[in-house]
Amino acid sequence: MYSEKVMDHFNNPRNVGEIENPSGVGTVGNAKCGDIMRMYLDIDDNGIIQEAKFKTFGCGAAVATSSMATELVKGKTVQQALEVTNKAVMEALDGLPPVKVHCSLLAEEAIHAALWDYATKNNIQIEGLEKPVNDIGEKEEAVEEEY
Amino acid sequence: MSKRIYLDNAATTPVYPEVFEEMKPYFTEYYGNPSSIYSFAGEAKKAVDRSRQIVADLIGAKAEEIYFTGGGSESDNWALKASAEAYASKGKHIITSKIEHHAVLHTCQWLEKQGYEVTYLNVDEDGIVKLDELRAAIRPDTILISIMAANNEIGTIEPLKEIGAIAKEHGVLFHTDAVQAFGHIPLNVNEMNIDMLSLSAHKINGPKGIGAMYIRKGVKIRSFIHGGAQERQRRAGTHNVPGIVGLGKAAELAASGMDERISYEKELRDHLIERVLKEIPYSRLNGHKTDRLPNNANFCFRFIEGESMLILLDQNGICGSSGSACTSGSLDPSHVLLAIGLPHEIAHGSLRLTLSEQNTMEEIDFTVDRLKEIITRLRSMSPLYEDFVKKNS
Repeated sequence: MYSEKVMDHFNNPRNVGEIENPSGVGTVGNAKCGDIMRMYLDIDDNGIIQEAKFKTFGCGAAVATSSMATELVKGKTVQQALEVTNKAVMEALDGLPPVKVHCSLLAEEAIHAALWDYATKNNIQIEGLEKPVNDIGEKEEAVEEEY
Repeated sequence: MSKRIYLDNAATTPVYPEVFEEMKPYFTEYYGNPSSIYSFAGEAKKAVDRSRQIVADLIGAKAEEIYFTGGGSESDNWALKASAEAYASKGKHIITSKIEHHAVLHTCQWLEKQGYEVTYLNVDEDGIVKLDELRAAIRPDTILISIMAANNEIGTIEPLKEIGAIAKEHGVLFHTDAVQAFGHIPLNVNEMNIDMLSLSAHKINGPKGIGAMYIRKGVKIRSFIHGGAQERQRRAGTHNVPGIVGLGKAAELAASGMDERISYEKELRDHLIERVLKEIPYSRLNGHKTDRLPNNANFCFRFIEGESMLILLDQNGICGSSGSACTSGSLDPSHVLLAIGLPHEIAHGSLRLTLSEQNTMEEIDFTVDRLKEIITRLRSMSPLYEDFVKKNS
């Protein structure tokens, strides 16, 4: 059901844990739907992400997308991190089963939530960053209605 | 890890070698159509009749009250749709429970679209149907009560005798989905006043794709599959002779060893439950403590999600199942776990382990040992657990 890369990131998740006094932290998803992601970012004075950590409650795909998302944003500037979309996370994992695509959306949203927290704390504006939705389920339902 | 520990017997079971051996000649040697006249087909016909008698004996029915079907789902569909059709002149109200298998629930939803009204009874926190609600739900236009014998997820055994008595008292038909109970626990259609009963072979070490329905003599439901005159003109289609033979043999084995099997399975089950609840913090048992299938254990572990648990168990060779949303293909966890009052986030962390007489105590201990490691690991990466620990420190 899952690609080898997904299984690798599920079995050996990268960057699990917390960062004390993070530059930004964001939690997205809800327990009702069965997945919650929390992402911690450590961003230096030049706006470069030095460290990213995560904790996730969720299925194999939720863990793997969180792990991959932290890998993809590490070493990037805040602007570059914004370009890590759910598609980028999925591609890096060699794809996800259709029912698990929402996990990659959640990963993208987790990055945005952590960046939003960083921007708010430092009173700066990040171009192109919108206030993240806490509950990705709402966004998904809206998408489904379009069909 | 090369050895497999199969703990998903409520999903399906292996065909026992004795069952397979019994079936074999009916593929290649006695392949005749039991409906044919020539004597060669007689062997096949005899075998079908023999199986019919064995199945009937196991539930205290008469052979002519057993109708072979394509499996449990077909039997459930038939019981509900054909009763609705046959008794529509009496009324269009059906009573069932919130924890039925989807073969019953989705059929009820379909019937609602056809103009029938369905009452879905609540269950208590152990999953037992509320009898006072059942009594109160019965109306003059109620035509059918359909309550499962034992729940496929949490293993709770329903009070069939009491339900049957209530149905009889009000002159309402009583159907039970006994797919999980048949061959596992004693059932008697007369003592329990059951009018229709669905059963399946592959849950009792028989082949897949074959089941049966018991229909009490006098219940006027008609054919669901139209065609030939098989099964007293009530279920058309050439008999699946090897399948029927397999069901018969599996039922015979289930009946002969039932008492010893029940006590052995209970020993394994209770050891599993005791160790899990004692050694894994923030765990709970779902379903009734004692009125439960001898082979069923169903747990919830807080702060973690079921699918992750299943993948890690699988990597240790252990096969189980979960009622989490991720395993159901929707955002909602199991309807059964929600019906017993569990909040969504706890229902997502459920694990069902259903054992068999082939499992050993060593396998159970190995499973619990691995489970402890897996849950510790998943909790260490759970934001819910992090919050919980911080809140309580």
